[in-house]
Amino acid sequence: MIKAAFKMPGFTIGFILAMTFVLAALVSFFWTPFPTDIVDVPNKFQLPNRVNWLGTDHLGRDIFSMLMVGARTSIAVAVVAVGIGMGLGVPLGLAAAARKGSLLDEVIMRGNDLVFAFPALLIAILITAVFGPSAVNAIIAIGIFNIPVFARLSRGAALSLWTRDFVLSARVAGKGAVRISAEHILPNILNLLIVQGTIQFSLGILAEAALSYIGLGAQPPIPSWGRMLADSQTMASFAPHLALFPGAAIVLTVLGLNLMGDALRDLFDPKIRRGRE
Amino acid sequence: MKRIFLGASVLALTASMAMAQSTHINIGDQLEPPHLDPTAGAAGAIDNVVYANIYEGLTRFSADGDVIAGLAESWDISEDGLTYTFNLRSGVKYHDGSDMTASDVVYSLNRARAEDSTNAQKGLFAGIADVTAADDTTVVVTLTSENGGFLFNMAWGDAIILNEGDDVEALKSQPNGTGAFTFTNWVQGDSINLARNENYWGTPAILETVTIKYISDPTAAFAAMMAGDIDAFPTFPAPENLPQFDADPRFTVIIGSTEGETILATNNKMPPFDNPLVRKALSHAIDRSAIIDGAMFGYGTPIGSHFAPHNPAYIDLTGESNYDPELARALLAEAGYPDGFTTTLKLPPPTYARRGGEIIAAQLRAVGIETEVTNLEWGSWLEEVFRGYDFGLTIVSHTEPMDFGVYADPEYYFQYDSAEYQALMEELTAETDPDRRIALMQDAQRMMAADDVNVYLFQLAKTGVANKNIVGLWENSPTQATDLTAVYWSE
Amino acid sequence: MLRYILKRLISLGLSLIAASVLIFVAIEIIPGDAAAYMLGINASPEAVAALREQIGLNQSDFTRYFDWATGMLRGDFGISYTYRVPVADMISNRLWVSLPLAMYALFLSTLIAFPIGIIAASKRGSVADWMVMGGTQLGVAIPNFWFAMLMVQLLAIKYQFFTAGGFPGWDNFWLGMKALTLPAFVLALPQASILARVMRSALLDTLTEDFMRTARAKGRTRRGALVHHALRNAMIPVLTIIGLQFSFLLAGAIIIEKIFFLPGLGSLILTAISQRDLIVVESVVMLLVFAVIVVTFVVDITYALVDPRLRRRV
Repeated sequence: MIKAAFKMPGFTIGFILAMTFVLAALVSFFWTPFPTDIVDVPNKFQLPNRVNWLGTDHLGRDIFSMLMVGARTSIAVAVVAVGIGMGLGVPLGLAAAARKGSLLDEVIMRGNDLVFAFPALLIAILITAVFGPSAVNAIIAIGIFNIPVFARLSRGAALSLWTRDFVLSARVAGKGAVRISAEHILPNILNLLIVQGTIQFSLGILAEAALSYIGLGAQPPIPSWGRMLADSQTMASFAPHLALFPGAAIVLTVLGLNLMGDALRDLFDPKIRRGRE
Repeated sequence: MKRIFLGASVLALTASMAMAQSTHINIGDQLEPPHLDPTAGAAGAIDNVVYANIYEGLTRFSADGDVIAGLAESWDISEDGLTYTFNLRSGVKYHDGSDMTASDVVYSLNRARAEDSTNAQKGLFAGIADVTAADDTTVVVTLTSENGGFLFNMAWGDAIILNEGDDVEALKSQPNGTGAFTFTNWVQGDSINLARNENYWGTPAILETVTIKYISDPTAAFAAMMAGDIDAFPTFPAPENLPQFDADPRFTVIIGSTEGETILATNNKMPPFDNPLVRKALSHAIDRSAIIDGAMFGYGTPIGSHFAPHNPAYIDLTGESNYDPELARALLAEAGYPDGFTTTLKLPPPTYARRGGEIIAAQLRAVGIETEVTNLEWGSWLEEVFRGYDFGLTIVSHTEPMDFGVYADPEYYFQYDSAEYQALMEELTAETDPDRRIALMQDAQRMMAADDVNVYLFQLAKTGVANKNIVGLWENSPTQATDLTAVYWSE
Repeated sequence: MLRYILKRLISLGLSLIAASVLIFVAIEIIPGDAAAYMLGINASPEAVAALREQIGLNQSDFTRYFDWATGMLRGDFGISYTYRVPVADMISNRLWVSLPLAMYALFLSTLIAFPIGIIAASKRGSVADWMVMGGTQLGVAIPNFWFAMLMVQLLAIKYQFFTAGGFPGWDNFWLGMKALTLPAFVLALPQASILARVMRSALLDTLTEDFMRTARAKGRTRRGALVHHALRNAMIPVLTIIGLQFSFLLAGAIIIEKIFFLPGLGSLILTAISQRDLIVVESVVMLLVFAVIVVTFVVDITYALVDPRLRRRV
């Protein structure tokens, strides 16, 4: 399976891109070229050079180091947000499928519709207006909108499985709905969940960047790509490298994850529709 | 019918803009006012539109901050300093055609000091015992006690004279003043238009029409200036772009002073900041020049107390809290915090606070003080910090002129409670001799610095940008205002 | 069928009530109030209290919810705390920017997506297909606010082809369109990428169907068959996506409106939040949620009418 994946150029490119940033984030726990919480104003606006590989920002901090730690922030927020979405969404979806047509199903599905009806960014803004801006609140805001995505996906996939023979025989054998869902349904929709997880992960990184950009994500001194972009905005006309590098980091990470997701989708199910909604 | 009328006025407006550039100006401002009644709101954005342009008070501020005659031509002060007799100008008309008389003054002052008043600076009127109209052009104001700052108080935008009988709710969207400009219309979310008042009592304005455009985003403001969509931005929001304007022959950069003392405010009642040694350590841990350079790109004057450097009574006390991290660490150890401590740093939206906050957090970390930084909107800041006292440190610029009086209020958010200072302020209020007043204000500065109430960072600079052919904009900002009455195009 | 519609109608009503309660409760707990914001840091507590009374903030939460919710049924959203004008007027003013912007972006997105989607499908596996697929991957990955920043720097500041933002109103139609062009383009790019991919895959799906073979057998060229037959059949998924994108664009333009300082719904809501003009925030959110819920309802019913098996979206 893994070998097959790496035979697909999209997957390989995506994997290399995504892993670069994951690696950068991991390394940043032990080492960065310069500390990111020390301000060195006289050294500001350095262009990329041998000491500061990507230059320095408006407070004289090393941009390369900031990007490394920023990767940590982005990835952490996105991973936890996807975790919330899966952790709550999948059980809800499976429960709805197991009790298709029941009041429970109705409530879960209408609840999903309701969450979907709220403009995501707006709700994130409101959440941070209530609880104050922080990485944790960004995670919650992004995570909430992942719940209906996974709930719908797993319900849909589970519904078709419930009519299959192996589930029927499990029922005949006297297994309850919970056991069937856990032992027979879940393993069979895992592929789908991984694909969707990759895609939500990339959307999470975009969402974190957008929230930080309007000042609602991780707070200083924790570097974040979105906030680096926001800080650089007025300076882009005379120090474009401040805006280019964090933006490129976002694009490459998201691109990598999307390429991986698409390739995995093709791999798991060649018949599945390409093109995402 | 309404539609046709509207269309015609817009047509006329665009036509006048196209015909004569030299009589129209596009002013840029960052914040749109919530409404246009300066007697019912603190938003500086309101005064930026209406002060001196649309509304006038008994006295007013001149460009250099002096208090000069406004709607009152002259005044007499009784021997005991308790009775002010204002002689009003005659022939002053409101924009709707009605006459400005003594009863309007009585009405306006009584409304501002009334029990149910929603005036944001109600304190300005607190010392008034009685206001009466002696005749149509004479107003007598009696004070409860001597107040050396009374004429100064009457110059504020919150003390403008409204027309008695106007519906105050309607004034919020349709102001009716006596000034050199009349209000034309307000495209909410975009711009406010003014036109010259042809029946003005004084020297008429030179400009015929004015558009004040609201651009909150600094990058967009930069682009709008560069493209010539805006002729002047009296307070340009991004100091980092000023060198680019300076290098461009089309523009002049106008750097002046404001009344904004920018401070790292300290919660004086909250441990460990209730310990004077800790506050002293703070003040030595902060490098003002790095903050001015890093956050304001060099625009700003260091201050050593809560007092504006351009004021004649100013004394330079920055030396008392010079940057000395070693001393700061020693003071912290003496106070019982050899390993420092952790506190909160809550930052309101302006750039000086957000960028300054990052630098201050780094400087404090260097002496062992860890800060949890939270960026807040103004609404949350007012609730948490200002009213809730829920903060360790915060950065804010106090933009009201001569506002060191707030240090006498122990309930004010940083909660400085000094009986000595409070007595000093009472003495100052009662004092009318100018030299004695200066001496007392200098005592106040020394006291604020010696007690390290807050860390005094810098005086906010007024960083304006304008087309080089525009003459007459205020260089300094003695009060929040964009006085356009004397502005003109030199070519 | 009638029973199904009735059932959905009831759940629509329940959803709307649930949404309104949720919105009201969530927004009312935002710390800070409009009166304190308006009077600033030197205001006396009495002045703030007087203003609270004046703008009706002292009524009980329940009374305010009830007034607001029943008012909305009549199309009356109440009075803005800060501006003291009817919220409905403020919203309708802003809709004159946000609605055209969303439509313009959707138009541009369709304009870009259709041809490249068709080209990619008709030359599957070709260089053109690869370029379209790669380009659309990039289009999805670029954060639109970053793209907007770059466009402003390049096209508005450096070359001054466009104004950097602002909206002059619709008095001059072309000036209005010009002001919306750059923001609409920025908004359209990721949507076009998604749409082009959907277009491509929908076309490829129909290519294997019987009627396509018939068309080819009748002598149609591959592209001819594609354009004349497959396109029509691919329209259902494509139109669904367009519908979803429209409601997204209406609410999702917040950051773009901020960057280009357009006086639309997004900037209205951001200012209202910062000024704690909560009734405006509640009303705008409710309006957007209402729009999405109703669109979803209509889509569901249409699907159910077309295909009774699809009583339930998956």
